[in-house]
Amino acid sequence: MTATDIAALLEQQFGPAVTGKNLTALDPFVTVDPARLVEVGTFLRDDPRLRFEMLNDVSGVDYLEPDPKKAPKAGFDPHLEVVYHLSSFTFPGRRFTLKVMLPRWKGDRPGELPEMPSVAGIWRTADWHEREVYDLVGVFFIGHPDLRRILLAEDWIGHPLRKDYEYPLEYHGIRCR
Amino acid sequence: MGMLEGHFEDGFVATNLEWAINWARESSLWPMTFGLACCAIEMMATGASRYDIDRFGAGAFRATPRQADLMIVAGTVNLKMADRVRRLYNQMPDPKFVIAMGACTCGGGPYYKYGYNVAKGVDLVVPVDVYVPGCPPRPEALLEGLMRIQDKVRKMKEYHKGRPVDLPIPTRTGSVLLPDELATPEKALEFVKETKERAKAAK
Repeated sequence: MTATDIAALLEQQFGPAVTGKNLTALDPFVTVDPARLVEVGTFLRDDPRLRFEMLNDVSGVDYLEPDPKKAPKAGFDPHLEVVYHLSSFTFPGRRFTLKVMLPRWKGDRPGELPEMPSVAGIWRTADWHEREVYDLVGVFFIGHPDLRRILLAEDWIGHPLRKDYEYPLEYHGIRCR
Repeated sequence: MGMLEGHFEDGFVATNLEWAINWARESSLWPMTFGLACCAIEMMATGASRYDIDRFGAGAFRATPRQADLMIVAGTVNLKMADRVRRLYNQMPDPKFVIAMGACTCGGGPYYKYGYNVAKGVDLVVPVDVYVPGCPPRPEALLEGLMRIQDKVRKMKEYHKGRPVDLPIPTRTGSVLLPDELATPEKALEFVKETKERAKAAK
């Protein structure tokens, strides 16, 4: 089963929840609506034709060109993406990529993190990976069992892998710049 | 010990207490078992048989700060760890010494510009006695740093409560004997010129 078949199957099953796809890319992917991510994930894992039992990685990407001069040429609108890399044990070698697009801030109010459902209930791997995305990129996962910072200190302010992140001047009395 | 010399049997040494204490102290600097990143591997190599830091009396890596008097900060100190490093330093008994090992601990190293979570030098966290640059430094360099600490210990005065009175003048420079053609800067320039001449393509 190729990526084209998987995308067709998802479109047939979920219709409008599949908001975009690119099947010619090196890693073919399908973009889904964050509201129905859990349904899509459960289908991908449990459907006997698909069987994506393993979540390899969850990554967060910040699409933003901080330089206002270069922004029109950047080729994208500012947004966040969360990427899920899936693979299968039942059908070895089968891989697929799932993407979710999010606004950079919830309701365009800076400081309020965008929200999306957690898939930690489907793949246990997602637990720590989502904590990392929350820590460094700043995405709030609803339904996550234990959403705390995983790498940075608990009292850290901000999410460092955001393109507009400002480095702290001082941390616990240690000069940082 | 001028006057007293030769007045005793063989095997007796007359000296002052300060010298004896400093000698004992410099010959048994106990480092703390404490490695943060890749420099720690090189520190372990220094402790192992080939380089053998025990030759300098600093081979007893203690697993607790309360028994250690040398802290080798080997590796990147990130801000989350900096609190702990400071705490460990505070737990060590006086007199205590710190070696900053590697580029990251000397001043941030490769993380200087974009390392959002790295302390730009461990001297912002704890007072440092000796800096050992390198990425990572060779074991010889760490041994050299240890010898600098020993120089410092040798200059300590008891009535100054363990603090050295002034910075000791290095007695061992660690310099390498250069080959003849590079011995002076003039000769070195000449050598570079010659090498360039020789490297030119034949017409």
